[in-house]
Amino acid sequence: MKILVCISHVPDTTTKIKFADNKLDTNGVQFIIGPYDDFALARAVEIKEATGGTVTVLNVGEADTEPSIRKALAIGADNAVRVNAVPTDSLFVAQQIVEHAKSENYDMILMGRESSDYNSGLVHGLVGELMGWPSIAPAMKLEVDGSTAKLSREIEGGHEDVEVAMPFVAGCQEPIAEWKIPNMRGIMMARKKPLQVVEPVGVDGVTTYKTFELPEEKGECKMVDAGQMDELVGLLKNEARVL
Amino acid sequence: MSVLVFIEADNGVIKKSSLEAVAYGSKLGEVTAVAMGSIDASELASVGKYGASKVLHCSDDRLNDGVISATAKLIAEAANQAGTETVIMSRSSLVDAVAARVAIKMGASVVANVQELPDTSNGFVVKRGVFTGKAFAYVEVPEGKKVLTVTKNVVPLEESGSEATVEEISVAFDDADFGVKRVGVHKQEGDILLPEADLVVSAGRGMKGPENWQMIEDLASTLGAATACSKPVSDMDWRPHHEHVGQTGIKVAPQLYIAVGISGAIQHLAGVNSSKVIVAINKDPEAPFFKAADYGVVGDAFEVVPKLIEALKNNQN
Repeated sequence: MKILVCISHVPDTTTKIKFADNKLDTNGVQFIIGPYDDFALARAVEIKEATGGTVTVLNVGEADTEPSIRKALAIGADNAVRVNAVPTDSLFVAQQIVEHAKSENYDMILMGRESSDYNSGLVHGLVGELMGWPSIAPAMKLEVDGSTAKLSREIEGGHEDVEVAMPFVAGCQEPIAEWKIPNMRGIMMARKKPLQVVEPVGVDGVTTYKTFELPEEKGECKMVDAGQMDELVGLLKNEARVL
Repeated sequence: MSVLVFIEADNGVIKKSSLEAVAYGSKLGEVTAVAMGSIDASELASVGKYGASKVLHCSDDRLNDGVISATAKLIAEAANQAGTETVIMSRSSLVDAVAARVAIKMGASVVANVQELPDTSNGFVVKRGVFTGKAFAYVEVPEGKKVLTVTKNVVPLEESGSEATVEEISVAFDDADFGVKRVGVHKQEGDILLPEADLVVSAGRGMKGPENWQMIEDLASTLGAATACSKPVSDMDWRPHHEHVGQTGIKVAPQLYIAVGISGAIQHLAGVNSSKVIVAINKDPEAPFFKAADYGVVGDAFEVVPKLIEALKNNQN
C-alpha cells in the first residue's frame, strides 16, 4: 500500500486568534499538525503497519513548517515532501499535491476534512477531481479489503457506509483513528528520514485574502437566578425574541 | 448575470437552507435552480417564490443516494445548459463534498463558507469564516466562473415571486460517476437535523452519564429543538459523533443555543459562536461559557432543567 498524507500546519486549537498588519499575529502561537490531518496520518500509519507499504507526507508551507513535518515522520511516515510556498488558496494547494502525486502511483491520498485555519474543506474534492479519482469526506472509518476500501462517511443525522475501489482521496475526521504521540525512537529515526523540498507550480484562478476581522465582542452575560426559570423564558421570548 | 443554485430536499421537502441559497442567488441575478432525486414537481415549483424562474430536475433514481461524483457532474452540466457562470449552494454534508469537484469541472474559482452577499463595488469580494469561527476574512474572487458555498441564515427569506417552471435535465452519466457504492445508511429518522436547527439544546459532562439524557431530550422536545453535545461526551460514547458540536465537530448557527453542564472550552465555543443567542446553565459560576453567553444560570442541571421545562410548558399554555 502506497499512501500519501497531506498535512497542514496550523495554530493550536486553544489559540486566541489576533491579527497584526492584516495577517495572523503569530507571536506566542504554538503551531501543530492540523487536528483532522493528524487523524488521517494516524490511520495511514496503522494501515501501513497492517499491510506493509509506505506513507509519504506532503505539506505546502515555508521552512517554518518543518517541525510539523518532522513530527509526522516521528509518528511513522517514511518520507516527506515540502512544497516551498505559503498555502493561501485551496486550489493552489490542491494543484501542488496533484503535481507531486500524478507520477507516484499512490493507492490513496488522505488528509483532514478541512484545515482548522482556513476551513475551506475543499482540497480533497479538488485533488480527487483533478486526479480523476473518487473523493470521500468526511470519512470517520477506513478499512482496506484487498483492492477495495470500506469507509464510513458522516451525513446529517448519522453516517453512510460506502465502498470504493482504489485509488481514491479521503478527507478524514475522528474517530477514524486515535492520534499518535511520537516515541523517542520515532523522534530519533525521523531526523534521518528523507525530506524533499520542491518549488511550487503556478496556478490560475486563485482567490486572494484581502483583510481579516474578529467577531463582535459579546455583551455582558445577563445572570438569572436558578429558581426563576419563568424569568428566563420571559427574557428569551420578549427581549431576545428567539422563542 | 445568471446564477445556478443547487437545492436539496429532506424527506421530499426543500431545505430552508436551500431556499436561502435561492434568495441569495436572486440578489445576484436571474436564478435557475437544479435539484435531483425524488421530489414532487409542485415542491420544486415552489422555489419560484424565493426567486428562481426555472428548476432543472434530474429524476435519475441513482442520485437518491447522494453520490458525490455524479452530483458534481449534474451541477456542472446544469450550469453549462443554463449558461451560468456562477453557482451558489448552501453548505451541507453533500455540498461540502461536491463543491470542489463542480469547480474543477467548470474551470471555476471556488470559495467555501461564505457569510454574506458579495461586495461587487470593486471586483467580487466575499466574507468567509476562518480560524474555525474565531475570525472572518474578506476574499477577492477573480473574474470569471465562480462556485460559492454559503452558510445557513446567509440572507433572510422573503416570499415574493411566483411558481417556477420545472424541466427535466438529462445527464450522460458513466460508471465512474457511481464509483463510490453506498452499502448502508445509519440515520435517525424524524429527528430535527442539527445543522439545520433553529433551536439547539446541548449538554456536556455535567450530565454525569448517558442515562441522564432524558431530561435533555425532554427539554429539546418541549422547545422543538435538536440535541447536541460536547466533545468529551461524544468521545466517551455517551452520545453519537454527529451530535458533537465544536472545533472538530459540527458548527451550528441556531437562533438559540442552550448549553447545559458544558464548561465552555475555546474549542467548544468555536462551534457555537455563530448562534444568535446563547444560554449557559452551569453549577460553576467561573465556567468560561458565561463569558460567551447572553444569559447565564448558575445552578445544578438536575434542578434547573426540569424547572426550565415547566416554565416553557406554562408559557406555551
